[in-house]
Amino acid sequence: MDTLLLSRIQFGANISFHILFPTITIALGWVLLFFRWRFARTGAQKWMDAYMFWVKVFALTFALGVVSGITMSFQFGTNWPGFMEVVGNVAGPLLAYEILTAFFLEAVFLGIMLFGASRVPTWAHMGATALVAFGTTMSAFWILVLNSWMHTPQGFELRDGIVHATDWWAIIFNPSMPYRLGHMLLASGLTVAFLIAGVAAFRRLLGDRQVTTATQLRFGVTLGAILIPAQILMGDLHGLNTLEHQPAKVAAMEGNWETGPNVPLLLFAIPDEAARMNHAELGIPSGASLILKHDPDGVVPGLNDFVAEDGTVLHPPVAAVFWSFRVMVGTGMAMLVLSWAAVWMIWRGGGVAALPRPVLIGTVAMTFSGWVATLAGWYVTEIGRQPWLVSGVLTTEAAVGDVAAPMVMTTLMAYLAVYAGLLIAYIGVIFHLARRAAQGRQPAREEPRTAGHPMPAE
Amino acid sequence: MFDPEVLPVIFAALMGLSILLYVVLDGFDLGVGLLFPFATPEERDRMIASIGPFWDANETWLVLAVGLLLVAFPAAHGTILTALYLPVAVMLVGLILRGVAFEFRAKAPLVHKPSWDFAFFAGSLMTALSQGFMLGMYIMGLEWSLGNVAFALLTAGALSVAYSFIGATWTILKADGALQLKAVAWSKGGIWGVVLGMGAVSLATPLVSPRIFDRWFGFPELLFLAPLPIMSGALIALLWVALRHLPTKTDQFAWFPFAGATGLMALGFAGMAYSFYPYVVPEKMTIYEAAASTESLTIILVGTFIVLPVILGYTILAYVIFRGKATALRYD
Repeated sequence: MDTLLLSRIQFGANISFHILFPTITIALGWVLLFFRWRFARTGAQKWMDAYMFWVKVFALTFALGVVSGITMSFQFGTNWPGFMEVVGNVAGPLLAYEILTAFFLEAVFLGIMLFGASRVPTWAHMGATALVAFGTTMSAFWILVLNSWMHTPQGFELRDGIVHATDWWAIIFNPSMPYRLGHMLLASGLTVAFLIAGVAAFRRLLGDRQVTTATQLRFGVTLGAILIPAQILMGDLHGLNTLEHQPAKVAAMEGNWETGPNVPLLLFAIPDEAARMNHAELGIPSGASLILKHDPDGVVPGLNDFVAEDGTVLHPPVAAVFWSFRVMVGTGMAMLVLSWAAVWMIWRGGGVAALPRPVLIGTVAMTFSGWVATLAGWYVTEIGRQPWLVSGVLTTEAAVGDVAAPMVMTTLMAYLAVYAGLLIAYIGVIFHLARRAAQGRQPAREEPRTAGHPMPAE
Repeated sequence: MFDPEVLPVIFAALMGLSILLYVVLDGFDLGVGLLFPFATPEERDRMIASIGPFWDANETWLVLAVGLLLVAFPAAHGTILTALYLPVAVMLVGLILRGVAFEFRAKAPLVHKPSWDFAFFAGSLMTALSQGFMLGMYIMGLEWSLGNVAFALLTAGALSVAYSFIGATWTILKADGALQLKAVAWSKGGIWGVVLGMGAVSLATPLVSPRIFDRWFGFPELLFLAPLPIMSGALIALLWVALRHLPTKTDQFAWFPFAGATGLMALGFAGMAYSFYPYVVPEKMTIYEAAASTESLTIILVGTFIVLPVILGYTILAYVIFRGKATALRYD
């Protein structure tokens, strides 16, 4: 394998690992604020119990997000020097604003949020929690501005092959930004909804009958049931936006080779790029035309439009985009069915106790479904941007650094080993914490402290 | 709005400030990790508690420093980081291990705690050694030769000792009783490593290039610069005296070793900055050559002037809230 492919795999592995954790912390910060606020309003212990359990998960998740994020910022330089050299004038300020307005805010107030409850007044503690949640959301905003600009760049001019910013308003509010940001924030909400529901269902299965467990389960499935229709709508809008600005990506998502009307919605197919056709197609007639153009006779772009006369392929790899899209949509459908069924059973009467065992097991199985859908969605949009790194401006190939391939291979192996270990440890610890909480041994103390340390004089 | 000749200098200064803040602030976090093998399990909990509310924000200064390099000097960013490809990777893996071990050691099943403690130490060591190694390679002009690597290995050791030293002085400030006594002993050992490390870097740097040699040993520069080594020497002497008398009965002056260590780092850093200015890639690329476009630097600078004072403000607030001796980390 050459340096380009290895560098791409390495960056893909790093960013895939990284995004797992912000996807949780972005929404979990607001959920914690909600739990904290409910406790302040009602004084009900179940809300404090929920806060105390999930704040631990938040701390752990946040740490994983921070350290994996640092890796990203260094890899721009170690593996993709061409990126900053060509588009640094746009990417630089956006990244700088992310660090200045988000990273410090969340990191500093996290300390107060986690360990300051007994040192500051209640309002200040809630304020710190709100600032952490705000910081994570700001971070998502800035990085998605940059990412969206890479898909739909505008507000710049090229001078000697270097991008110079001309209109910051146009750069920040580039065409795909609102949809991408909305889609990602909702994905974060759904990930957290199913995480909370799944962990609570796991505790119920262990026989945990504490009030807080039932509350968390109800909270999780209800949040999921509310957000999933919004996400389907947002996904549709995002898709229409992509059709307008990146038609080649949509053609790959639909597995459509020839531009034309009455394009079917493929449920299954094996795209074959060498033969430029699909095998074993199974589809709904005119389905894709209907979804994308809201008209069965609507014309949908085909992949063959994106091949240059000399045979150069200018569309993304088809199978990866096609299948990632189906994994994302399929997971979303499973979320819809599970959350609506669970909410219906709960509200019909009997509360959480009315949920039969198979539904609880299904909820546990869906604990990390948000991760699956989020990753699949990112693969659709990022692989769908290839061969461009910044659409129409810079190809991925032109940005890669000239580090020797074996060196990239070495670091890639090291990262993969570390990430695999950490992922196992992370999931293991979440269920370990759940098991302890289920046994009612929720430790109030984070660090065991032996007696004998005199308290400070001041 | 801003003179294009001034902007690179401002950004170089901001980057220098972030690196210095990182080296001091995350320096004591890393130092605590390096001292882990010498502490008992109970002492480890206490040491972790002393850095718990801060480490995340401390590490963010590194993100800002590399971010500023990335955004203000994009051309240099690529050159430096591709030249240091492997040590950067070692540092990143170290930072990952250190950061997650912090959380896992308290949340994983109790039987796994010693393993996560080891990961915390190993991650801190990997980070400290690789940063020291990169410092050495940077001084030597980023050329991979046998002699340069040998020098970089020396600075790797020296920076690790310096981090342990500032970590030990932080522990003097935040601990009491037996642990504080132990920290005084660690500091007494560490200070000699610091002297050796600073000495080696100070001797080697002027010899690397005639330009740097002239900057230091020309006349009248020698006179203006004399306070730098003199102050360093005086601080080291004061530190040694203070360490011999600590801990005091009323815990007075427990802050002094940490303040002194910070001062030493600042002096060393000032010397380095003087040697290399105006180069961002030593002897190859100046900050003017590597700077991003004026429009982009201006828009970052405006934001920085508004936001950075706020960041410094709430960072100080956090240190005020968690002032005093470290108590157990609790979420309630």
